[in-house]
Amino acid sequence: MALLEVTDLCAGYNAADVLHGVTFAVEQGGITAILGANGAGKTTLLRAVSGMLRRRGSIRFDGRAIEAMATEDIARLGVAHVPDGRGTFLDLTAEENLRIGAYTRKHRGEVARDLERVFTYFPRLKERRHQQAGTLSGGEQQMLAVSRALMLRPRLLLLDEPSFGLAPLVVQDIFGIMRAINAEEGVSVLLVEQNAGLALDLADNAYVLETGQVVMSGTTEAVRSDEAVRRAYLGY
Amino acid sequence: MEAFLHQVFSGLATGGIYASLALALVMIYQSTNHINFAQGEMAMFSTYLAWSMINAGLPYWWAFLLTVLISFVAGVVIERIIIRPVEHAPVLSVVTVFIALLVIFNSVAGWIFTYTIKTFPSPFPEQPLFGNRYISSHELGSIGITLMVLVALYLFFRFTPLGLAMRAVAQNPLSSRLVGIRVGWMLALGWGLAAAVGAVAGMLVAPVVYLEPNMMAGVLLYAFAAALVGGIDSPFGAVLGGFMVGVLENLIGAYVIGTELKLTVALVLIIGVLLFKPSGMFGKVFVSRV
Repeated sequence: MALLEVTDLCAGYNAADVLHGVTFAVEQGGITAILGANGAGKTTLLRAVSGMLRRRGSIRFDGRAIEAMATEDIARLGVAHVPDGRGTFLDLTAEENLRIGAYTRKHRGEVARDLERVFTYFPRLKERRHQQAGTLSGGEQQMLAVSRALMLRPRLLLLDEPSFGLAPLVVQDIFGIMRAINAEEGVSVLLVEQNAGLALDLADNAYVLETGQVVMSGTTEAVRSDEAVRRAYLGY
Repeated sequence: MEAFLHQVFSGLATGGIYASLALALVMIYQSTNHINFAQGEMAMFSTYLAWSMINAGLPYWWAFLLTVLISFVAGVVIERIIIRPVEHAPVLSVVTVFIALLVIFNSVAGWIFTYTIKTFPSPFPEQPLFGNRYISSHELGSIGITLMVLVALYLFFRFTPLGLAMRAVAQNPLSSRLVGIRVGWMLALGWGLAAAVGAVAGMLVAPVVYLEPNMMAGVLLYAFAAALVGGIDSPFGAVLGGFMVGVLENLIGAYVIGTELKLTVALVLIIGVLLFKPSGMFGKVFVSRV
């Protein structure tokens, strides 16, 4: 059974729907990528999954219906969302940002251990732990955002455009670590990306979203070899 | 010189009260961008509560403690029941609700306790402590209690997970939801803390201004000035602003314009800050791109 199963999802802002009946799944321990151009509805899709906007349809997480649940309750089930714009608490220190990620966890020893573990993934954050998050570079802030999500000990990680606005080398770095996290911790990932090449390298399954509908889906190999996808999103 | 020092010290004592109330305003402003105009009246009502308990024979400090606790709970309840439904309403509607709260507390207090001025006891002795000539025991005690409240709040916000969560909510409510924080309850908790701090301020100022339903009108104005001088979104600024306004009020009242016109100091400060430096000393400057 898939960890996240979304069926016929419609969602949007105010009166207008952005998603029109989207169906997709994230396998247990898998990485699923959602590709699409600007305005295709990728961010909306993630927001709908974590209950940040009005939605219809069925969303099941680990067999449990979550389409009517509040955002904070979905997070408490183990869904960590790194939102559009990273959602960093700019006036808190880097370490406080990480601690707030572990807010729902009560075991202090485990949280302290996880903090150290996150620092082994991202040693840069350890150096800057007492610095105000707003003063970190874009790459460091993205590392911080991913780490904050990990501090929740999530079963599913929702990542909204982790490559956005970062230098290619930094992106390589972060994607490499994401692969390691997925392999070592068994965290499933739902990744939304404009950079299709990167996303397909990381994921095992992919869906292509166009104006709120899935127009193509399959394993990454299948999607990559599709003529139309290659022309539109990979550019060769 | 002696008179001057006396003015400064008593300014610090009332300044501490302004600082507490300003801090209560800032706590709510930070997380919701609203100024609770009823903060002063809530404090006044709390003080009446304490007065009733003391009159019923309860020892001062028990009444004090109970009042703080009850005010905290009342603050939480008010947020949940009255403020929550207008959470997403336009600013003017929210302001109307705050004004309504102000009027309700004021008139209910007048109705239950009448508008007759009452004396409110000070827990500190009549004679100055340590035989000093500059500061009365009540003033010294006020400063002490204010500092204790401020330190306790600082420790709470700085070192506890709950305090951290409340700071996070004030900064970024959406992101806070995503890590599982129940934002609505954090706002209610903020109201509770603000009401509790306000209650302390009310009980400390009542022996000086006497207990009556309008006793907080002036105090709230000074607190408002203090919060603005410090920067309306800066807790540290509010505290510093409170002490500054307290001292300034006394010195200008004593040496420049006379005590009758003291309240104008607050008004001049408010208008001055809004005109020349709306962000205050430590507030954030908001720049929007158009």
